Amino acid sequence: MNNLIAMPMMLPVLTAIILIFLRPYIKIQRTISLIVMIANIGISIYLLQLIQSNGILRLDFGGWEPPFGILFVADSFSVILVLTSSIVTAICLLYAFSSVEKSYEHMFFYSFINLLVAGVNGSFLTGDLFNLFVCFEIMLLASYILIAFGGKKGQLRESIKYVIINVISSWIFLVAIGYLYAVIGSLNLAHLSERIAEHGQTPIITVISIVFLTVFALKAGLFLYFWLPGSYSVPSTVVGALFGALLTKVGIYAMFRFFSLLFYHEPAITHTIIGVLAGLTLVGGSIGAVAYKDIRLVASYNVVIAVGFILVGLAVSTQSSLEGAVYYLVHDMIVKALLFLLVGTMIALTKETKLDQMSGLIRNYPLLGWMFFIVTLSLAGIPPLSGFIGKVLIGGGTLENGSYILLALAFISSIFVLYSLLRVFLSSFWGETIISKDEEIPMKKGLLIPCALLTIGSIALGLGAESLSVYIQDAAQVLVDPQLYIDAVLSSD
Amino acid sequence: MIKHRYRINNVILRTVAKLVSLIILTLAVYLFLAGHHSPGGGFVGGLVLASALVLLLIVFDIETVRKGIPVDFKKVAAFGALLSVGTGFGALIFGENFLSQAFDYFNLPFFGKTELTTVMIFEAGVALVVVGVVVTIILSISEDE
Amino acid sequence: METLVTILAGVLVTVATYLLLSKSLIRVVIGTAMLTHAAHLLIITVPGLKIGSVPILGEGDAGPVDALPQALILTSIVIGFAVTAVSLVLTYRTYQEIGTDKLDQLRGDQDE
Repeated sequence: MNNLIAMPMMLPVLTAIILIFLRPYIKIQRTISLIVMIANIGISIYLLQLIQSNGILRLDFGGWEPPFGILFVADSFSVILVLTSSIVTAICLLYAFSSVEKSYEHMFFYSFINLLVAGVNGSFLTGDLFNLFVCFEIMLLASYILIAFGGKKGQLRESIKYVIINVISSWIFLVAIGYLYAVIGSLNLAHLSERIAEHGQTPIITVISIVFLTVFALKAGLFLYFWLPGSYSVPSTVVGALFGALLTKVGIYAMFRFFSLLFYHEPAITHTIIGVLAGLTLVGGSIGAVAYKDIRLVASYNVVIAVGFILVGLAVSTQSSLEGAVYYLVHDMIVKALLFLLVGTMIALTKETKLDQMSGLIRNYPLLGWMFFIVTLSLAGIPPLSGFIGKVLIGGGTLENGSYILLALAFISSIFVLYSLLRVFLSSFWGETIISKDEEIPMKKGLLIPCALLTIGSIALGLGAESLSVYIQDAAQVLVDPQLYIDAVLSSD
Repeated sequence: MIKHRYRINNVILRTVAKLVSLIILTLAVYLFLAGHHSPGGGFVGGLVLASALVLLLIVFDIETVRKGIPVDFKKVAAFGALLSVGTGFGALIFGENFLSQAFDYFNLPFFGKTELTTVMIFEAGVALVVVGVVVTIILSISEDE
Repeated sequence: METLVTILAGVLVTVATYLLLSKSLIRVVIGTAMLTHAAHLLIITVPGLKIGSVPILGEGDAGPVDALPQALILTSIVIGFAVTAVSLVLTYRTYQEIGTDKLDQLRGDQDE
């Protein structure tokens, strides 16, 4: 029992509610939100240390022991993700302070950001299907509202699509939960895993696993990413950054949990399907990334490519590829947030969205330009930046497994990432300056500092990979050996 | 186009609504209290309570109801949520697991031996959330032309 | 009994699919609400419909019913309620902003 585990979810929930009462006091709202995120960072670092010394932690809500009650489980994998999401949100909040319109802030903007984070952290930490569904929905409800903030025509159109797609995928989720409960009779992840291992993964369970795969593929944008670029490119910059950094990652996390903890007995079927889908996602994302001129769409398709890349790690499921995937998840959350923030800043400064209508920005905003360059290199996986190690580990895993096609696709997609972003870099930062010194919109410090922090984060993640590797290996260990998780949850303490 | 504003004669509706809303409110309280051991509870109770308010909103106009019940329903919902989440946090003070609930029997005057639980506070919160949310939705959709 | 309820769930899904495919936004919203309710029926049916007492010790002689699907459904109904509310408001806003609730008139313009 450790009540701290519930805090990354419950603190934001509590904050979101309290902020409703503080509607007129925007300064207080900002301060409280930021303090909560920083507290979450502290809590997750502490939990990470605690897991190193005490093993996987769990919290039974209301004292109901598993498998009967609902519970939160904190292993290295989930806490690393909680930590990263807290860091990203804290930095995005800093950006929000100087970019979000006053009218949004009066309309409970920070409450919804807190609820979004609560849903994301809850999904990472939950130990049963029931709460996974609930946390997904909390996250989605907050995102429905955040995406429509501003109420422009394009936003409304995309948010309707987004809502309907997600309602349908939630419906499939419910149906899949119903099926699984009918067949196995439990909703506790560890208990489910144990029972599936005892009775064997019969064909019907494999079919159910594919239904779950469909759900998470829709949520994460694995192959079923048709809704993603549109929805991620319409909201305001901060919201777009949070979506790009956090939302798809929750779907990816769920897939990792499910196919390493529950449905790992038939990799020839399930993991092959994931591999094929990941490959197709890489191809589709790469085509999308180079096809569009709207830089927000280019950034959104880069999210798609990353989803495909991370799931290559799951498809081959070796120790090193899983380590690489965890590492790449962390990297991608930070860098995607940065990419969206930079793109949003560029649009805010030039009032243009097409890459061929901007040029020579490096004269006006040199720091912004070089940060964009660093992001490009980081996403492409150039050492010593953060993308490198993840790519090498996943590549190593695919080699071990002999999945050469996936390996080839993964690395060709990296070239497409590099090309698509360099294209943006070359055409909007290089070339003739279109903004003269007098017309130049002065760069706010509040916009630059968050981007700089994330850039430093990306560099630090690349250089400090060695010191992080303990936690990442521990995270991958649990994914490889589900018994660790089961023992931690079902043992009575 | 010239709009004619008719004043519909709805005396019967108004009289009945005044009476019926009281009955609905009683039912809401009953459902809320019954919820601990039999069907009912905060959610249903809250919905029924909200339906009484919605009935009043339909029969009388929004301004009248707002004058009669000068509450910001968004705040009501938030207060309810605070109450519900607060019971979860309350367990932390006593060093229990998050969301732990407690109950005990008390000898209350008039009621006799009564079971009082912290779940009831939680449920009261849920009821308030439901009332707040439902009325807010109805008001925000019906407010403008 | 299970067969009947399953057929009912199927009918609900059919109706919901029809509504989802229609052009009117408000029908789509009703369709999504109906879809969720079909799933609720399914969840209560698939583990088997049982007659029993409340799952509290010492209440009734018949074996207790399974409380978990009911808890799941209750939660899901609340969530469905919230989602429907949000999508209704969204639809309303769209109608205000764009002046139509027909999905085929929501396509993007050249100037966007």
